[in-house]
This record gives sequence, C-alpha cells and structure tokens, in this order.
Amino acid sequence: MEALSWLEIITRMAAQFTPVWIALAATFTVSIVLKRQLGLYGKLFDSWIGMIGFALVMFWVFSGVFGAFGMIMTHDPLGQISSLRNDPPGVALPNPGDGVYTHYLLGGDLLGRDVFSRMIAGSWTVILIAPCATLFAFMVGITLGLPAGYYSGWLDTLLTFLANLILAFPVILLFYLLVTPEIIQSSLPRVMAGVLFIFPIVFLVILFNSRFYTQPVKRNILLGITVIFGGWIYLGTAWNADPFGVIEFPANLLVVFVSVVFVNAPTVFRIVRGLALDIKTRDYVAAAQTRGEGPWYIMLWEILPNVRGPLIVDFCLRIGYTTILLGTLGFFGLGLSPESPDWGSTIGAGSDRISFFPHPALVPAIALLTLVLGLNLLADGLREESLKD
Amino acid sequence: MILFVLRRIGVMILTALCMTMIVFALTNLRPNLEKIARTEAGSRITDEQVTTWLGERGFLEPMPIRYGQWLGVVPGWTKIQSDGSVTGYCINRTQSAEDAPRYCGVLQGEWGYSRSSRDDVASVLTKRLGATGVLMFWVMIIMIPSALIIGIFAGMREGSRTDRALSTASIAATATPEYVSGVIFIALFASSITGISPILREWGVIDRTLFLASARSAYDSGPTFANFTLPVMTMAIYGMGYIARMTRASMAEVMTSQYIRTARLKGVSFRNIVIKHALRNALIAPFTVIMLQIPWLLTGVVIVESIFNYNGFGFTLVAAASNNDIELLLAMSVVAVFIVLVTQLISDIGYVVLNPRIRIS
Repeated sequence: MEALSWLEIITRMAAQFTPVWIALAATFTVSIVLKRQLGLYGKLFDSWIGMIGFALVMFWVFSGVFGAFGMIMTHDPLGQISSLRNDPPGVALPNPGDGVYTHYLLGGDLLGRDVFSRMIAGSWTVILIAPCATLFAFMVGITLGLPAGYYSGWLDTLLTFLANLILAFPVILLFYLLVTPEIIQSSLPRVMAGVLFIFPIVFLVILFNSRFYTQPVKRNILLGITVIFGGWIYLGTAWNADPFGVIEFPANLLVVFVSVVFVNAPTVFRIVRGLALDIKTRDYVAAAQTRGEGPWYIMLWEILPNVRGPLIVDFCLRIGYTTILLGTLGFFGLGLSPESPDWGSTIGAGSDRISFFPHPALVPAIALLTLVLGLNLLADGLREESLKD
Repeated sequence: MILFVLRRIGVMILTALCMTMIVFALTNLRPNLEKIARTEAGSRITDEQVTTWLGERGFLEPMPIRYGQWLGVVPGWTKIQSDGSVTGYCINRTQSAEDAPRYCGVLQGEWGYSRSSRDDVASVLTKRLGATGVLMFWVMIIMIPSALIIGIFAGMREGSRTDRALSTASIAATATPEYVSGVIFIALFASSITGISPILREWGVIDRTLFLASARSAYDSGPTFANFTLPVMTMAIYGMGYIARMTRASMAEVMTSQYIRTARLKGVSFRNIVIKHALRNALIAPFTVIMLQIPWLLTGVVIVESIFNYNGFGFTLVAAASNNDIELLLAMSVVAVFIVLVTQLISDIGYVVLNPRIRIS
C-alpha cells in the first residue's frame, strides 16, 4: 500500500476527529443560542479570543473523553509494529489484517507505536489529572488562605512563611526528591496525600456548616453526604483503603498528583490571602460582622463569592501551568511509567532523536502547546469579559 | 529601611535552614542511603554489608546530629576502623587524624564532597554556576529589552491592532514551555533533514545546519552564535511573554492617567508623551516582575541545559538528583534559596527606590 500524502493525512485525521467536531458544534450552538442566560460563561461568547481559547480547550477535552472510550484512535497506543520504527507520517502498515486501520497517520515512534493514537491517549491523562490537581490545589489554598488573610496575626505569619518556603524550592529539585522509586515505595506520598486530600472535605464541611447551622436537618443531610462520599473517595485515593475496592490510585500516579498539588497550593494560598486582605475592609463585611455572623460564614459566603472573578481566571491559567508541570515531570521521566502515552513522556522520549526523526516529539509538543494556549486565551477572554461589568 | 533589610535577611537564613533540613531528610531516607551504598560498593552486596558500609561512613548516626555536622555546629564523627586506622567526617585523604579540625561544616566553609562529580562541592558549583551565569546573561540581554519593547508598543495604544497582535503573541509565548519550544526549534533550525537547514544548504548558504542542537561546545570552548542561539531563544521566549504582558498592563494603566491627558491637551507629541512622561512610571511594575522572574528561570535552566547538553547548574542538578549526591544537592538548594530571596529583596527595595509614593514602614 502507498504512503499517504500530506493532504490525505490531514483529511483522514479530520475524519477521525468526527465525533469531536460534532460535539464541538453542538456545544457552540447551544452556548451561543443561550448565551444571555448563562452568566459569565455566556459572556465568553462575546469575545473572539475567549471563543478560540474555549474551542481549543474543548477540542482536547472531547478528544480525551472520546479517546478514553476507544473512539478516534486508529491503533492501540501501546501496540508495536517493529518495521514501522521512526517511520514518517502517513506510512502504510506492512500487511494490515481485516478491520485494522491501514496507515500510521502521524508515523511511528522509536518502538514502532502509532504517534497519532498515542497523542489521543495522552490527552486523556492530561485532561484527567491537570484540572483535578488544580482543583485540589485551590481547595487547599482557599481553606488556608482565607483565614490567613481574614485573621492575620501569627497564623498568617506562619502560613506565609511555609508557603514562601515551598515556593523557594526550585520545582525540579522538589520533583526529583519526591518522585523517585525509593520515595514512591515509602509512606511519604500517602502521608502527603492524606494531608492534602482532606482539605476538600474540610472545605465542604465548613462551607455547609457555616451557612446552614440554623437549619439542622438540611445541614445534617448535606454534611452526611459530604462526609460519607468524601470519606469514601478520600480513603480510596489517599490511603488506598477503599472498603468496597472500587477506587484505587496507583502509587506512582499518586506521587505525581500529590507533588503537583503541593507545588501549586502555595501560589493559590498567596492569591487568596491577598484578595481576602483586600476584601475584608469592605462595608458588607463590616455589615456581616455587625449582624453577628460567624467568621467562617463571612469568609466563605461573603468574601469568597466576591473574589470569584480573579479566582476563575487564575484557575484557567493554573490548569495550563499544571499541564506544563505534568509535562516537565514526564519529560524527565519522573513518576509515570515509561510506557505511558502522556505528552511530557512522549516529548522526552522523542527529544533525543529530534534532529533525525522529528515527528514523535513534535506531535505531542504541538498538542501540549495548543491546549495550554487555549487555556491562556480562555483565561484572557474571561478576564476581559468579567472586567466589563 | 535597615531594620527591614535585617529582618529579611533573618527570614532568609531561617528559610535556608528549613529548606536544607527538608532536603537533608529526603536525601537521607534509608532506601536512598542503601542506593548510595549499592552504587559505591557494588550492587551485589548483602543487606548486612550495606549496613556496615553505611555505619563505617557515619551514615547511620541520628539525623539531627548528622545535619549539625553538615552545618558545622556539631563536631564531626570519628571512628576507629577494623584495621586500626581512624576515619572521620572531617578527615580527608590528605590530612591525618590529628591535624583534622573538630568542626567542618558549611559554617567553616566546607561544602563537602560531590560523589557524582568526584570533586569538592565548592569547586564543582563555582564552575557550573559560572557556565549558567553566561547562559543567563545572554538570556537577560535578549529577553528584557524585547519584552519591554513589546509590552510598551502593545500598551501604548490599548485595543489597537498592534496591541491585539502583540498581546496574542505574548500569550502564545507564555503557553510554550521550554521543552516544547526547544523541541520545535531543534526540528526547525538544527536538523539536517527537516526545517529550514536543508533548504539553506541547497542554496549554498550554510554547510551543515543553521544552528547546533547541542551547546556542549559552548561549555568547552565558549559560546558562539551557532551553538548558543537556540538555548538562549528557548529560555527567553517563555519568560518574555509574561514580562511583556505585565509591561503592557502597566503601560496601558499609565496611558489612561490624568497627567498623560494633561500632556496631550497641552499639545505634547505622542512620541514625547510615551518617552518622557509615561515610560518611567510604566517600568516600575515590570522591574518587580523581572526580578521575581529570575528564580523562575532556574527551572527553565534545568530543562534547557538538559535538552541542549549544556553542563551548567541545571544539568548538574539533574545529575546530582538522580545519583542522590547529598552534599551537592544541599549546596544547590542553598544557592537556589539564596537566589530566590535575594531577588525578592532587590525587587522590594527597587520598588521603593523607583516609586517614591511607597514607604516601607
């Protein structure tokens, strides 16, 4: 069989992405039609930059999700065909069986695996880990940053010192110290996960309790749900002790997740603390204090909703930064298994031979670039639109 | 002011102490020590031999005491070995046991011995820091002026077409981490098969490739245009976007202020307004950002030096970390924390100097 020309490669790739195009078109149609009823999200569709960013991000989100269900991919991301090692994009399979896709659309990598399918499989890893890690970092940062900014005093001094201490570490040194096989076997990642993963539960418990303590029934239901579900997920992820055996978190993935949260949380803490320091002097906070509201109610239901704008923008930027951090870890071969199709590892594996066979490293590099670019553009669009009113 | 600086220096020392303690604890975990023993004494030794090996070299004493020895506040250990010779923390090959000092830690200026480089930590570090300094110097020379110019041109007329184009370009630059741009640059400019080098070679402009994909020759025989362009560009671009955006925001804010409007109404030309009235105030915020960017470049240094095989601080950090070279890692974290906190201090002081409206109380 003939190798494909570049035009054929592009048309065939576009055809492989059909489910993504359909999902993107549906999302955009619905959002644009309903944009006046959708608040800040709807306003995003007034700015070109925001729309382009959103499209790029959703493209990879849909690719990741559909890829996880086995769509889009043309081959098994781990399957090797040794005669296709380092072969250029559009190469034909030597003797494809029935129902096997006939070409490697973006060529083969060092071990003869399909670069295109690995790119799609890698997007799922990123889409799954980066937003979750960022969310956890935000939970930790908010739960600690609000009281630090609101109370000030020794608590603030202590927490700020700790945050600055973590921020003074060069990120890579921290990664190299934390993400080694020796540390993965030790109990340190589990302990760190045990500390960091408890913050979302604490956050939700305080959030519900401070608002609904006057309605004990409603509060008890909400707290019960939080503690039972949160505790179940907490036990499964942090301590690998899920009583039902449903949730499990592989140790090497856990250490990657924990170190990314650990690196991001201090920056979020500093942002939240700064915002809280600013907002606590406002009149509505004084009004709430005069009404006799508790401190946690003021922090979580008066201050937090009023700083959501900058926090949402920073959340988008931070997902991009987390993606870059994950890529850094993969690039240095830390944590994730060498087989893993995530973008950082693939770039790292391909970068040695980049002068001779550029495509195995270039494809994930461009994928990562477009996703982070999309997130940054999205953040920019959100910032512009949220500043308008 | 002096009180402020003194307090900051106090915080700096405390941070450095905490940080080295953490690095010390992590590198001295039992499995890490066993790894050292197995790499040094052969991978086939039994667990008992590992324990003896570690014991003879003082690795098994309690962690706080060993940290104190490293710091130089606890006297170094001495042991009489089975063959009657005396070894100790402070006894190196050229000294006898009687001549050796009692204390030999960082406070005495002894940074220890690097196992991965087979040399004194101090001499390894000065050499590598020098190499990284050269790289950073060129990065700064390229990055700061171009970032400031981009930011000023974008912020000069907010919302104009130039602004849109330059802002989008800086967003794209911040979205390109070093390992992505490095890979793209090598494929474009330093590969003999792809990119523009084959075309240029056909035209007879160059012999092999436009730029070199390795900066090893820059370390051995000094930087040249061919071997240093790509590493410098790779690092500069990622940092440039952020500084340019900050400059743009600051410039745009200054351009809307009252005194600029007054100057315009007075009939001062746009050129003069930008150069004489706006620039000084618009450059205060970017100065802080640039200072705070320097420690951030430290991460970039590690990636860029690994991609381009440049034997500087970052390259050594990777080698030291993968070999668990304890004393080298500790010294490197001291250097890192020093850079971070000194740049913070300079940015705070510079902010006050540049902006007379702010006073440190």
